[in-house]
Amino acid sequence: MKYLALIYAAPGAGPDYGTPEFGPYMDGYRKATETYQRDGVMLAGEALQDTSTATTVRVRNGKTETMDGPFAETKEQLGGFYMFDCANLDEAIKYAAMIPSAEHGSVEIRPVMEIE
Amino acid sequence: MAADPPEMEQGAREAIEVLARADTGRLLGTLLRDTRDFQLAEDCLQEAMESALVHWTRNGLPASPAGWVLQTARRKAIDRFRRARNFDRKREEYGLLIELDQQAMDSHEAPAIPDERLRLIFTCCHPALDAKTRIALTLRTLCGLTTREIARAFLDTPETMAQRLVRARHKITKAGIPFEIPEPEQWAERLNSVLSVIYLTFNEGYSATAGTSSLRHDLCLEAIRMGRLMLELVPGDAECEGLLALMLLNHSREQARFGLQGEMIALDQQDRSRWHQGDIEQGCRLLDHALGRGQPGLFQLQAAISALHAQAPSHDATDWRQIVLLYDAMHAIAQNPVYLLNRAVALSYMTGAEAALAALDTVETALADYQPFHAARADFLRRLGQIDAARVSYRRAIELSGNESERYFLQARMEIMGDDTQGRRLASSAPQSCDR
Repeated sequence: MKYLALIYAAPGAGPDYGTPEFGPYMDGYRKATETYQRDGVMLAGEALQDTSTATTVRVRNGKTETMDGPFAETKEQLGGFYMFDCANLDEAIKYAAMIPSAEHGSVEIRPVMEIE
Repeated sequence: MAADPPEMEQGAREAIEVLARADTGRLLGTLLRDTRDFQLAEDCLQEAMESALVHWTRNGLPASPAGWVLQTARRKAIDRFRRARNFDRKREEYGLLIELDQQAMDSHEAPAIPDERLRLIFTCCHPALDAKTRIALTLRTLCGLTTREIARAFLDTPETMAQRLVRARHKITKAGIPFEIPEPEQWAERLNSVLSVIYLTFNEGYSATAGTSSLRHDLCLEAIRMGRLMLELVPGDAECEGLLALMLLNHSREQARFGLQGEMIALDQQDRSRWHQGDIEQGCRLLDHALGRGQPGLFQLQAAISALHAQAPSHDATDWRQIVLLYDAMHAIAQNPVYLLNRAVALSYMTGAEAALAALDTVETALADYQPFHAARADFLRRLGQIDAARVSYRRAIELSGNESERYFLQARMEIMGDDTQGRRLASSAPQSCDR
C-alpha cells in the first residue's frame, strides 16, 4: 500500500540553521532517507519552502483566484513529505517515526486511495 | 417425529445466541484470515447467522453449528468476491475460499476452525484507533456482543455506536491496519494496548453505579473473560497474569460496594465478609505466579495493592506501608500524578493526614480538575478538623463528579461533618478512602 507521510511542525519548533543542533538534525534526515532507500519503501520525499512562499489557488465560476499564503492558518505547518510503499500501517508507522521532525512536530500518515 | 415449528424456531434461535457469544471471535478471526477484509468478514458472518436461523428452524441443528456457519459464511464471501468490482485484487483470497470450500465438501466433516483470535484482538486494539472504538470493536468482534448491547453499555444510541463501528472497520481496511501478530520490537507496546483495552472495559463496568443498566456490570465479566482468553493465548506473560489478578481482586468486592439504595460504600466501610473469597484466592494465586517471573509491570503492581486490601482483616490493619512503596514503584515505571495522589491517601493512613495533605502540594496543578484529588483533600482536612476548608474541597469534588452515586456519597460525607465542633468529634472516626 502507498502511504503519504505529511510532516507538520510549528515554525521555530525545530533546530534553526546555524545552531549546533542543526547539523545532527539534518543528519537524521539523511540517515532516515538512506534507510528508506535501502529497504526499498521510498517512492518520493521532499522538503518544502516555508509557508511565506505559498500561494493558494481556487477556481470559482470559471475564474482563477489566487491568494497569498497557505490554505489554512494553523500553528503547525506542512514542511515536507515522504511517499512510502509499505505492507501495512504498522510498517508505515515504523518508517514515519524515523522522521526527525516527528520529535518536535507531527507526521500525519494517509493511505493513498486506490482507484478501482 | 419433528418438533412443532415454534419449538424448532426457538431451538434455532437459542443455538445461534449461544454460538454468537461463544464463537464469534473464532469465526471472525478465521474469516478475516481468509478474506483479509474486516467489513466483508463481519457482513458474511452476519448473513450466515441469519441464514442459520432459517435453515435450522426448518431442518434442525447441524452436527457442528459453528462449522456450518463458517462454511456458509465462506460461501457468502465467494459470492461477494464474484460480484465485486475489484475482483482482480481479491483473486488470491477468492482462490483460497474456493479451495477451503472444496476441502470441506470432500471430507464430509465440519471444517476445522483455527484459532486466530490473537491476531483479531491485536487488530481491534490497534493504537491507530481511538480508545473508545478499540473497546467497542473488541466487545463486538471478540465477545460477540451486539451493537445494541454495546451502545447501551456506553449510554450511546445504537445508531451512533453502529456508525463508530462502521468507521472503525473502514479505517482498518483502508488504512491497512494489519491482521498480524506484532513484530518483536512492537510486541510490548502493542500487548500493553490490548491489556489496556481490557482494563478500560473492566473499569467501564466497575465505575457503573448500582441501578444503572446491568449490562454495564456485565462489562466486568466480559473483561475478565477476555483476560482469561489473553492468558490462554499468551501463556506465561507476567502482565497478562497481573491484569487478570487485578480484575479478579477488584471484582471480589462487587457485592460489598453498594448499599441497599444503590449508594456507594467506600472501602473502609465495606462488610469484608461479603468479599468473594474465590475471586481473591484466584487473584492472589495468579499474582504470585506473575511476580515470580521477575518482569514487574504496572498491572502486577496494581494487583499487589488490591491483594493487600483483599487480605487485610480490616481497614486499619491494612499494610499501608507496603502500599505506599508499591505506589512509589508504579511512579518509578510511569510518572503519573494519580499514583502520587493514591500514595498520599495511603500515607494518610500510615503516618497521618497532615503528612498526606503536604504531599498533595506536588500534584495540585496537575490534578486541579480531577474529582478524586478534591475528595482526598477534603477528607484529609476533615480528619484534621479544618471543617470549613474541607467543605470547600467537598463542594469542588461534587462539582466535578461524574455520577449520581458518587455525588450522593460526597454530599453525605460533607453533611455529616455538620458545624466545626461536630466535625472535630467526627474527625477521629473511620476515615474515607478514595480507593473503591
